[in-house]
Amino acid sequence: MKGVDTSLVDESRIVKKDLRPLTRLIGFALRWETLLFLIFAAVMGVNAVLSPAFLDKANLFDATFNFTEKAIIAMPMIFVIICGDIDISVASIMSLSSLFMGMASLAGAPTPALVLIGLAVGLLAGLFNGLLITRLDIPAIAVTIGSMSLFRGIANAVLGDQAYTKYPESFGRLGQGYAIAGLVPTQLLVFLGLAILTALVLGRTVFGRYVYAIGNNKTAARFSGVPVEDVRLAIFTVTGLFSGLAAVLLTSRIGSTRPNIASGWELDVITSVVLGGVAITGGKGKVGGVIIAIFLLGYLRFGMGILNVPGKVMNIITGVLLVVAILLPRGIEDARKKALLRGIRAAGAGQREIGPGVSEATGKRRTPR
Amino acid sequence: MKKFHKLITILVVLMMVVSVGAFAAPNLKIAMVVKSMGNPFFDACRDGAMEAAKALGGIDIIYQGPATPTAEGQIEIIDSLIAQKVDGIIISANDKDALIPITKKAMSKGIKVMSFDSAIGPGGRLVDLIPSDTTLIGKQQVELIGALIKYTGEVAILSATSQATNQNAWIEVMKKEFASNAKYSKMKLVATVYGDDLSDKSYREAMGLFESYPNLKGIISPTTVGVAAAGKAITDKGLIGKVQLTGLGLPSEMAFYAKNGACGQFALWNPVDLGFSATQITFALIKGKIKGAEGESVAAGRMGTIKIGKDGVAVMGNPFVFNKDNVDKYAKIF
Repeated sequence: MKGVDTSLVDESRIVKKDLRPLTRLIGFALRWETLLFLIFAAVMGVNAVLSPAFLDKANLFDATFNFTEKAIIAMPMIFVIICGDIDISVASIMSLSSLFMGMASLAGAPTPALVLIGLAVGLLAGLFNGLLITRLDIPAIAVTIGSMSLFRGIANAVLGDQAYTKYPESFGRLGQGYAIAGLVPTQLLVFLGLAILTALVLGRTVFGRYVYAIGNNKTAARFSGVPVEDVRLAIFTVTGLFSGLAAVLLTSRIGSTRPNIASGWELDVITSVVLGGVAITGGKGKVGGVIIAIFLLGYLRFGMGILNVPGKVMNIITGVLLVVAILLPRGIEDARKKALLRGIRAAGAGQREIGPGVSEATGKRRTPR
Repeated sequence: MKKFHKLITILVVLMMVVSVGAFAAPNLKIAMVVKSMGNPFFDACRDGAMEAAKALGGIDIIYQGPATPTAEGQIEIIDSLIAQKVDGIIISANDKDALIPITKKAMSKGIKVMSFDSAIGPGGRLVDLIPSDTTLIGKQQVELIGALIKYTGEVAILSATSQATNQNAWIEVMKKEFASNAKYSKMKLVATVYGDDLSDKSYREAMGLFESYPNLKGIISPTTVGVAAAGKAITDKGLIGKVQLTGLGLPSEMAFYAKNGACGQFALWNPVDLGFSATQITFALIKGKIKGAEGESVAAGRMGTIKIGKDGVAVMGNPFVFNKDNVDKYAKIF
């Protein structure tokens, strides 16, 4: 199989029943999600062996408090990154949203109003990003670098060295409370619900297909009648809304608004999305992988915490994992596609094209460019 | 099958190792959670905690801190400490309010929580150990810089983060001193800037002060990272003798600047003593000797008796002044 340019292989053109069972198995085993799950299982196993406290039901559920807010933002971030965009202002949106909740709470607003304000500020901040990106045609990275400083800057200017800490008690229950048997955090259920919703929208709707189309080739998508700018505007707005929701939960959980709330979280969110197998170049990725990545990172940190690994070392380990996550999929994709090609040949299927100008028999480009 | 047997053997051995650890006489586990890792001040506090643990016997000290100085990072750590079922937590808080829900949870599971260096609000801990009186530190800092600049000229403050509880309390006192003490009537506080306890940012903030206030005579930096960065900034910019510096600094980091004249004098309580005293208090809490109520007292070994005051606040002692003559002696310790 020397000289095979696997990047030209379009997997969707490979008919699964043409393949031998073994090839199918290899194809499945080499899927990023499968590998990620195996790493996840290994992390859980090692943690369980190293610290007896790890596999405690209450501990495992309580540990999720530390990553569900980030996980909630990761859901719309999947859409953003598949579109080939990025949003690094999410943590700053949280600080802005938390700021307005703090002000409203000081003025005596009840819990439902606080939640609405938090969500609305997030939505408007996301809309602001989206309008600049789509209507003025400025790259998302440039816009969100700016709004990252702007939003947190507002929080800094208003609060300075102060903090809002007066929140109603019922507000605190949102982020600190348990939904089932004093064991399953409310936050976790909120996240799981949103994760299912995200998976359905991305995998089963026209909107989801649009997102992949935009990420693969924006121009082609536009010529095919995909409302590219409207889709991107919607995605950035929803990202803002979800950041607002994360702000509601975090503010409720810690009962305090400081300008540096959630600082650095944008990178944690992007890390879990990229580790989940969403291509940073756009066009590819699934919700399932990201969910596994979120729990993998969360429990890796929790496990290292129980073993009293210093925070800086944790960051190094997470960093290595991310670099591997960016490098490894290339090799795996290559191996997987080669395996599939081999499987088709062995199955003796006739000459068919499985990619633009790629013959499945040779894997080589048939027509010279 | 052979491989499988090997695997089983390894697992069994591993489990035996784990269980032997579990069956050995259980040491008390006391965790010290600091604002962030890599700060020599907190490392010295840990050394004090270790010293106390050794003196008291049967105590394991767990030393932890987040990579960035945030409350969220500390909450994550406390979560894992609760999971480990530690006996006591000694914490220097990044936010006096945000940690209350999680430390309350820890206390509801029987863990004794106290704060030191930077407090958690009452209700979130049993005892708060302060190294010295806030008023005393603030007043002393102004006096130290006053003596260096002959009580005349512009002074700026280079602080840590704008949310740090202790920093803000000291700065508040300093502002009052500048405004109301007749002795300092010819001195003017022109700015308060924040270096976030990061060397590079503190250095840049100090450089920024030289630009913005060409007549600046003195800098007060009540943080170990800030005062060292300011010492370097003054040295690099060739301002030794023109801009005076004082603050709360570590002798080991400040020895160079004390001797080259960038920093005439600076103060600090002894962090080793602080960690030592905190561990003594936590031990007393775990053993049920005290509950953190006003009027109780702890016999803290070589530190003498530490009294618990109103709201569970305990005061350790007075800050110590270092200068070029005595800095070398202490630089070897911390």
